Amino acid sequence: MRYVIPLLLALACVPLLSPPDYFLHLGVTVLLTAVAGTGWAMMGRYGLVSFGHGAFLGIGAYTMALLWNMAGLTPWVGIPIAVTLAALAGVLLGYPCFRLKVVGHYFALVTLAAGEIVRILIVALRDHTGGSLGMTPDRVPPDQGLLAMQFDKSGFWWLALLAWAIGLLAWWLLDRSMASKALAAISEDEDAAASIGIRVTREKLRVTLISTALAALAGALMAQYRMYLNPESLAGLGISLQIVFGAIAGGMYAPLGPTVGAIITIGLEEVLRIAFGTEFTGGAPFIYGILLVLFMIYLPRGIVGIVERKRRSAAAPLGLPVAAK
Amino acid sequence: MDSFLLEALVNGILLGGVFALPALGLNLVFGVVDVVWLCYAELVMVGMYAVWFLYTQAGWPLWMAFAACLPVVSLLGLLLHLFVVRPLLAAPPINQVLATGGVLFLLQGAMTLIFRTDFRSLGVDMPPMEVGEIFVSGTKLAAFCAALVGAALLWAFLKFTYVGTAIRAIARDREVMPLMGVDPQRIYLIASAVGGALAGLAACLLVVQLDVHPFVGLSFGPITFMICVMGGLGNMLGGFLAAFIMGIIVSVGGFWGTTEFSYVVAFAFFIVTIFARPRGLFAR
Repeated sequence: MRYVIPLLLALACVPLLSPPDYFLHLGVTVLLTAVAGTGWAMMGRYGLVSFGHGAFLGIGAYTMALLWNMAGLTPWVGIPIAVTLAALAGVLLGYPCFRLKVVGHYFALVTLAAGEIVRILIVALRDHTGGSLGMTPDRVPPDQGLLAMQFDKSGFWWLALLAWAIGLLAWWLLDRSMASKALAAISEDEDAAASIGIRVTREKLRVTLISTALAALAGALMAQYRMYLNPESLAGLGISLQIVFGAIAGGMYAPLGPTVGAIITIGLEEVLRIAFGTEFTGGAPFIYGILLVLFMIYLPRGIVGIVERKRRSAAAPLGLPVAAK
Repeated sequence: MDSFLLEALVNGILLGGVFALPALGLNLVFGVVDVVWLCYAELVMVGMYAVWFLYTQAGWPLWMAFAACLPVVSLLGLLLHLFVVRPLLAAPPINQVLATGGVLFLLQGAMTLIFRTDFRSLGVDMPPMEVGEIFVSGTKLAAFCAALVGAALLWAFLKFTYVGTAIRAIARDREVMPLMGVDPQRIYLIASAVGGALAGLAACLLVVQLDVHPFVGLSFGPITFMICVMGGLGNMLGGFLAAFIMGIIVSVGGFWGTTEFSYVVAFAFFIVTIFARPRGLFAR
């Protein structure tokens, strides 16, 4: 983590160099995708694999946008409310799951169902949300942009950077705490962990709370940045799997792993789009798919995982890597 | 009983029959190989494209297109097992699920590349039939009957053939069966091929009811997984019954509210079921 603070400072200076808008756009997209991936990985690396994190992106984004369009509540207030609501939803879903020991495949499929419910609800409430056609937050004149959180690209760069830093901070704090050890024990053997006095449900709920809050923050900022919301890109199975893919490709056991994953996924999409244009629609998911399979077979710990293992084995040749569960 | 409600109920049962096939295939593969094929609905989608292509583009008769669809998807199931599942047999379950999730993207992307995102319709329809006071769609009834025949054939295969017995045995105990001289790798291959063939059959039944597009799998895939989990993963009979429960919920729910809300009710019902019976409705 030593190199993160200088990295943050350096990144914060980027807009001052007035880089092209396209670069800033890519940066903001990567940073926000990384926040969602970081949130997912906080659960994923302890064996709590969720296929429904899209739901929390969606709850965050739509709560914020609806509060703004219908009640005129600025996103500065709306986002904290939206994040709270999404975290609450996460706990509401998580509590019975953890209490009743819904784990593994069953947990993944319950979260998948929850993600679909949110997507279908957004479509069904089309009178307010615009359904599948999506919705746009109301725009304000540029002089009121600050109050309404409607900036130019460099404003969102700083905002996204802040969100990314919050994600990394949450990861770092969790890693340093006893909760991380407890969660690792739980993911190895739940009953054994409970027998040595770990409160399984409480530990899992806490990490769920952080994870869903980060996802909601990412979703709300994505929506506010694009000024457009639609159910496919903010809820449901498709986006949930994309979050998972990003986190896995980068490596979900390292703090910067999901960020590397976001760079790979967004970069891949852009390269394919520029190289082939619209002629090659479908090329990106096609290559994603192949990569995801190859990663699972050959690099289940992701790219950062490989780098870390190399470094660790150089430092302590006898040290066993943490079991990938 | 109100005749419209009765119609909704009948439609629900017919819908359940269509859900039942992919649920059976998914359960067969899970029960035997112990891997969830997250891309199962996408295999069905490829089968739907195969039928559409052979019938409308290559000009084959419909029955030949249907007959060709089964081996095509069956082969896909085999390839999926050989190239994706087999290298991961010893990996943590979640890695296996994610790898098949990769195949989901791959198939969606491949079909988008080949056929674009247009909605393709087969343009085949059968006249509705009037039974008593209610109307029943001819296509849905035919699909339902075909699904029942498919399920019966599968049952007979598992019950009365030597390979079927081996499949059931390995699903029950995968440590002991190799000692009895059964090669698990071969059984996995057979189960994957049969699971693929069931997806092919489901594709034949769905292609006459739905328009095909690369993301059509997302419209019935999630509910298929929920049906399997509700019936208990690997429990074929449970999955079969759960398909009808879900079909009736969706159809009767759509009778009182909008279609979307009926799916919300069905999914919420699924979540509550899992909390009440974490190993499935029919777990012992």
